[in-house]
Amino acid sequence: MADELTWKDLEVGNIITEAGNGSFRKTGDWRTERPILDKEKCIKCALCWIYCPDAAIKPSEEGYYEADLYYCKGCGICASICPAGAIKMIAEEEK
Amino acid sequence: MSRRVALEASHAVAEAVRMADVDVTAAYPITPQTHIPERLAEMVADGELSAAYIPVESEHSAMSTCLGAAAVGARTFTATAGQGLELMHEVVYVASSMRYPVVMAVCNRALSAPLSVWGDHSDAMAVRDTGWIQVFCQNGQEAFDLTLWAFRVGEDPKVLFPVMVHLDGFTLSHVTEPVILPEQSEVERFLPRFQYPFALNPDKPMTHGAFGPPEIYSETKLAQEVAFRNSKEVILQGWKEFGDTFGRYYHPVEEYKTENAETLLLTMGAFTETAKIVIDDRRDKGEAIGLISLRLWRPFPFEEFRRTVKGAQLLIVFDRCISFGLGGPVFSEIRSALYDEEPRPKVVGIIGGLGGRDMSEDNFDYVINRGKEIAEKGSGRMLETVGIR
Repeated sequence: MADELTWKDLEVGNIITEAGNGSFRKTGDWRTERPILDKEKCIKCALCWIYCPDAAIKPSEEGYYEADLYYCKGCGICASICPAGAIKMIAEEEK
Repeated sequence: MSRRVALEASHAVAEAVRMADVDVTAAYPITPQTHIPERLAEMVADGELSAAYIPVESEHSAMSTCLGAAAVGARTFTATAGQGLELMHEVVYVASSMRYPVVMAVCNRALSAPLSVWGDHSDAMAVRDTGWIQVFCQNGQEAFDLTLWAFRVGEDPKVLFPVMVHLDGFTLSHVTEPVILPEQSEVERFLPRFQYPFALNPDKPMTHGAFGPPEIYSETKLAQEVAFRNSKEVILQGWKEFGDTFGRYYHPVEEYKTENAETLLLTMGAFTETAKIVIDDRRDKGEAIGLISLRLWRPFPFEEFRRTVKGAQLLIVFDRCISFGLGGPVFSEIRSALYDEEPRPKVVGIIGGLGGRDMSEDNFDYVINRGKEIAEKGSGRMLETVGIR
């Protein structure tokens, strides 16, 4: 988004007059590793959801907690905190 | 009716701030601070000025506080000098980049080491690239006038940039002079209330100070530079309105006896008045010499400057600062500003008046004589100085 703007499009002092537009920012681009959830092991305790510093983990309809890869920066806190060992981090280029 | 009173130049600045009816002033009240915040503190304590006076723990915090105040639309002022301005440096950039029209008086002082609280322009030159509108004063009246004007220009919705008013430490800041103070009603006619269009308001949330990743930072800087250069129009308009209201007119480049001058001396700040005495003497003896002084330092007044020096053969630039490894900072900018001009005067630079060293009439005589000599025969020295053993 930002890379379509020219200098003429910017507000005085680069003020953002619309609240909450940080949600457009694709921080998932920063990631070098991504979390993979093993649903067999997941106990749906929600600790990953609580600990995620970017609120990038969301509950699914089936009650699992999965990372939204548009925002997930791949910090690995979820994998580290998971008491069931259900989350592992894999390199971004791995399938 | 206006009143003519004797005021220390620092107190004249404080008087302008009082008449501008500022909302917030934040300052760190210890050396190298001046009598400006001291007087403002008295005014607030005595009920002469209804403002929040915030005594902070450092100059860095003083400027940070001013930014917060400006962000909610408060008319905001601070003052500092020398080392204080250095400690503030980081936030000085933030003020201009976030377009907060803080007004700051700087009583120019040398920078340590060795420890010095005395006057020169080293502090001013260290902030020349910070994106503040910057003007230099020659006397107490100008310090009063330009402080009032600074609010009018900085807060203009077409400008929204902070403004720095430079007045020489001690040789101006601590000197008592006659100053004409206007009526409050005149000030109010000249200076409308600050109407900041982006004031922080919980009912209308917005973001000030978002980060600028590589895909947008360059664009923000270009936008800032274009807006900064365009502020010139309001700067000039502000001076015209000031003159129409109070009878004293200011210009980006001040001229003194420049008519048909073959040689021009360029000075900035309070020593300009000493230099004028020397120009008077030389003019009386028939020498075709004049003086110019950059009132407006940023944005640099290219157009007015080039026009002013057009007919001269020699321009001697006097600097009160050394840019180490380069020479006089004003000199180097002046010479660069003339590089593409045809014809242009020969430009020479001489440095003096550092760390409180006085500049006498004899010293300026030397500057002019030596300047002419360099123009004729070349310098042959690493650095040209005056009054240094």
